[in-house]
Formats: sequence, C-alpha cells, structure tokens
Amino acid sequence: MPIKTVYKAQVEYMQILDENGKLDEKLAKDTLTDEEVLSLYEQMTVCRQLDEVAFRLQRSGRMGTYPQNKGQEAAAAGMGFAAKKGVDWLVPCYRENLALNMHGLPYHYVLLHWMGDERGNKIPEGVYVNPIAIPIGTQMLHATGIAWAFKLRKEPRVAVTFFGDGATSEGDFHEAMNFASVMQAPVVFFCQNNQWAISVPREIQMNSETVAQKAIAYGMPTIQVDGNDLFAVYKAAKEAVERARAGGGPSFIEAVTYRLGDHTTADDARRYRDPQELEAWMGRDPILRLRKYLTGKGVWDDAKQAKLEERAKTIVQEIVKTAEGIEKPTTDDIFDFTYATLPAELERQKSTMRTSSLGQDPAQAGLRDMGTATHGHSAT
Amino acid sequence: MPRTEAMIEKGLTLVDAINEALYQELERDSRVVLLGEDVGANGGVFRVTDGLQKVFGSDRVVDTPLAESGIMGTAIGLAMAGMRPIPEIQFEGFLGPAYDQLVNHAARYRTRSRGSVTIPMTVRVPVGGGIHAPELHSDSPEAIYAHTPGLKVVMPSTPYDAKGLLLSAIRDPDPVIFFEPKRVYRSFRERVPEEDYTIPIGQAKILSEGTDLTVVTWGATTFQCLDALDKLPEDLSVELIDLRTIAPYDRDTVIQSVQKTGRCVVVHEAPKTAGMGAEIATLIQEHCFLYLKAPVQRVTGFDTVMPYYKLELDYLPDGPRIAEAIQQTAAY
Repeated sequence: MPIKTVYKAQVEYMQILDENGKLDEKLAKDTLTDEEVLSLYEQMTVCRQLDEVAFRLQRSGRMGTYPQNKGQEAAAAGMGFAAKKGVDWLVPCYRENLALNMHGLPYHYVLLHWMGDERGNKIPEGVYVNPIAIPIGTQMLHATGIAWAFKLRKEPRVAVTFFGDGATSEGDFHEAMNFASVMQAPVVFFCQNNQWAISVPREIQMNSETVAQKAIAYGMPTIQVDGNDLFAVYKAAKEAVERARAGGGPSFIEAVTYRLGDHTTADDARRYRDPQELEAWMGRDPILRLRKYLTGKGVWDDAKQAKLEERAKTIVQEIVKTAEGIEKPTTDDIFDFTYATLPAELERQKSTMRTSSLGQDPAQAGLRDMGTATHGHSAT
Repeated sequence: MPRTEAMIEKGLTLVDAINEALYQELERDSRVVLLGEDVGANGGVFRVTDGLQKVFGSDRVVDTPLAESGIMGTAIGLAMAGMRPIPEIQFEGFLGPAYDQLVNHAARYRTRSRGSVTIPMTVRVPVGGGIHAPELHSDSPEAIYAHTPGLKVVMPSTPYDAKGLLLSAIRDPDPVIFFEPKRVYRSFRERVPEEDYTIPIGQAKILSEGTDLTVVTWGATTFQCLDALDKLPEDLSVELIDLRTIAPYDRDTVIQSVQKTGRCVVVHEAPKTAGMGAEIATLIQEHCFLYLKAPVQRVTGFDTVMPYYKLELDYLPDGPRIAEAIQQTAAY
C-alpha cells in the first residue's frame, strides 16, 4: 500500500484593525457599530486606569501582589462582549478584569481579591462568572463541566474560559480540550497568548508554531487573531459563541497579544525581557490603536479624550474607595464556609480558638482545675 | 437495578447495594449524572454501575475519556452549574492525577467563594487491598483526604451502610469521597431495605458492645476485627466501633466508649505514621487521659509501599495480629 496523507490542517490568522488604526471594511462588516466601539473604548480606558492605580496601590502597601492586565484589554473586551451577560458563564484566569466587569462583577471585587479578601470571590446572584483562578490551567475543566451541564439541560448557554499561552502546557488544558470535544460541550477556549509565562517566552514554552494549532488535534474549530485588535477578537469570539449556542460544540481562539506589564507586581520583567521587544509592542497597544481609528473616523478628539481620562480617574477613585471602605472580615469567616453545615469539631475550634491551644473545650480535656489543683494522680 | 431472585432470597452484596442506591437516585433526581472510565456500557470494572446506562441513557451514565483530572475537573464544573455529578475513579491509586482538582478546587471552592460557588459531588472510589490486584490498585489513602478541609470522607463496610451513606453523600451539599472497600464488594450478602433511607455522614456504628476494651476500625478491616474477636477469651468484653465516616469522624462515640473501657486499639489498612490511628489516639489522650488503663495501640499497614499481592496478606492487619494487640492491651 502506498503511503497517503490521512489528515491535513491549516491555521488562519485574522486582523481587521491594523496597528495604524486602519480598518478592513470588508471583514469589519456586521461586527461592531460605532456606538459599541466607543463604549468598549471607554471601558478599556477605565480598565487601564484601574490597572495603573492597582499597581500603585500595591507599591504603596495598600494591596497585595497584583497581575497587571495592561495591553490585553482588547482581548478581554472582544471576548467579553461576544458572550451574553447574565446567560453565558465566564471562567477566567486573572488577566481579563474587563470581561468580568462587563458580565456584572463590580471592579471592587477584583481589588478585594488582590487585597487578600475572599469576599472578592463572592459572586453576586445572577452574575455568571467564576472567581479569579490563580493556579494555571485548572479552570478550563470547570468551564467544560459547566458547558456540559448546559448541554445536558438543553439550555442555550455557553461557557467561555480564559487562559494564557503557558497554560496550554498543562495536562488539564489537554484533558479539557479533549473532554469538551468528545462531549461537544458549548465552550469557547480563549487563549490570551501574551508571549510570556512569567519569564519563559512562548518559543521555550512550546515547539509548535502557533497555539491555535493545538485545537486541531482535538477536532475543534480554531483560529489565530490579532489579540490587540478589538474587531478581530470580537468577530472570532462571536462566531465561536454562536457556534456553541447552536449546538456546534467547542471552539478555540488564540488571541496574539502582549503583556505590557510585569507578570505581577512581585516580578521585574527587565531581568529577562528585551526592552526593544517591549517598545515594539507598546506601539501595538490596543487602546492607542482604537483611539487612532476613532480619531480617523472623526468621532473622537483630544477634548473628548481628556474628558474620558478625567471620568476614568473619578470612576477608579470610587472603586478604590469602595474596596478600601470594606472592613476586614471577622475571624469566624475562616470557619464558616468550610462546609454548608459546620461539623461539631469545627464548631469547637471556632468557639475556643482564643482560649485553648487544643482547639477544644478545656473542661472536656480534663483541664478544668489546671492551675489550682495538684496533679490528679500523685495527689491520690 | 431492580432486584434479582438471588437478591430477594439471600440479600444484597455491597456491589448490589451501591448499584441500587445509584439506580434510585438517578430515578429520583434528574440532576444526578454518573461519569467515569468504563462506567457505562461495561458497568464499571467491578460492575457497580451495571445496567444503569441501559436504563438511564448515555447522557446520565457517561463513559468518559481516560483522564482522571478531566473526570474530576469536569465533575466540578457540572456541580458548579447545578448538577449532582457522581464521578468514579476506577481505583484509589488513580486518584493521583485527580488530586489537584479534588484537593485544590473541589475542597476549597465553598470557602474561597464565600459560599457563592459550591461543589455537591460524590466521588466513588474502590479502595484497599486483599483482592490480588495489580500495583496501585490496593492502597488506603483515606488519611490524605481526611486531612483536607472541605472534603468529607466516607467508607462503609456493609451493604446496608453503603446504601444509606451513599444516598446521604449524593444529597450532601459538599464534596464527599465515597470509598468502597473492594475486599467486601462480594464477600457477603445482607438484608437491605428496598426503600429509600439515609445514614447520617459522621455517625459511627457500634457493632458489638463491650466494657473492657474498644476497637476502632472502618472499611474491610472491620471483618478482620470480627475475626479477631472470635479468637479472644470469652470473658474479655470488647466494644467494636465501625467508624463508617473518616471525615468528619464521630469523636463522641469514640470518646464515650474509651471513657467506659479505658483501653483502645485502632485498626486500619493504611500506613501507620500520620494515619487516622494517630489522630484517634491523640483524640483519646486529649479526652480520656485520666480514664486510660493502657496506651492506645495501633494495628495498621506498615510505613512501606503497599506490596504486590503475593505479600499483601502479610501487610494487611489480620485476625491474629489484631487479637494479639487486643490481648496485650487488655493485659497491660
């Protein structure tokens, strides 16, 4: 038998709005209205402002470690806007604050999370986002399970999960992709390929030319888009969400973007990153690009920009004020959510934590007379 | 599955009882989904889920890809979205790949989300040695999970307890690991009510009352303890406690018993150091110090790797070893 090709594959790349703010009108057709673009531009600007303020809060000791979202706002906005608020379910990692906020999670929750307060993860009723996920790649399985539940119940809903390029090295990524495809679960795998997993660049992270091609092995529609291009992200995201909602199963999107900040406030990217590379990506900033586009269209100018920046500052000040105004949780909080009903031993530990090193009622430990009586045994 | 002639005549095995509980809960609650490797068409490698897929369909009883983290992680997602998943991990040794999802996610979600995201899921896992199984098919890792806040750990030893505890586990709002001692799967039959009943998680069972010494055990070693009791002099009165739930375990029953008897032997298959026996011995010295007439003894597996099956009976606590420890403790 001659050798024959049994499978062929290719990965497409899509860009609609280029670095100079020039739009491919044909591809942009039926994507975003001017009104929507303006609204998203404003939201991205507020998100960037929050990001800068969060950085300063950490530096001044008012907040713990924080991972900046800077540079990835178009990816979060495009994906977040394509999913239906209050219907679809977002399962994030930690660099898509804007998407969470668009789906109803107040921004001060995000700050609370990084201020070391679990109440930042207490998702309000009717908001379908999961708490920020710190370990890498574990959340994609949760999204797959959520989407699978939608399918079982025949609900026209979609789960969207966010992760980075580094996460695609994790076993859970592959298990999630395989499960989602086998179950034809309505889930969108949205990879923010920001080129760096802390200090490890994409070329060392994987030997595949694109991240998007990994989906091909799982029989999943896949595309690579310019992740700093709001239009391209939105178009791909909308297609993926619609496909999932219509029963077409999971999709994969690789949004090629760049982490303009350090990994977190505990990191210093100058130790491993070429400043020229950063410089080049600064020029591809998704917010700048949109501003150029809107200015070119004649719907934006410096005066409007100044007003927006002022407004963003006020909004963010309020968010910080709200987060910092929330009092420290009570110590009971450590115990109260371990189980739906506290087991007796935990009740005991909770009620005696300040009075007994044994974490138990001293009377029960036979220590009632300690300090006054002599040792029981020798006295008799 | 509906009862066969043999079940009606002679009673149910542990396998039958678990199957019946799953059948009844699949019928009662449309949110219940079984998922795992070979649980569908094949009915599970121990046939615990036998026949269920035929009745409830492949959407409710799902053969998954061979990936334990995937099974656990997607079960977590199903639970988050309001289902009542019952993932099966084929053998306790395969909990390893699922450990991260189970311990770092399922167990923590209620706390980390302050109650807004919860994981009502029952993880079924065959456990323990004694059936001549291959490597990594015979361990007893219950202490690892008992040491994980947010999880509940159950290990019934009889068909009756298995049915009642499994129904409690499935209806529990938090994640429960339901360990099934495979050595007991088909070792005997007993009468089990056909109707729905539950046994509360966290409640031990006193198998025989006694006044001289307390034996605390759970799972398959319950039967080795019964064997040991047969070997003891008639005038030695032993109270045998089957813990049934490992976390949160029934402290009060243990404390009350040892305050009465003043002597205790703890028996488990798992390794000795940092096992549940250590925890129970500590509980006893905290609460029963002035009642004790002898040090608490442990009869356990060794701090070794679980041997292949040619030596497994040398490793597992058996009647003679347990009887000897009881007599030593009684004579102390």
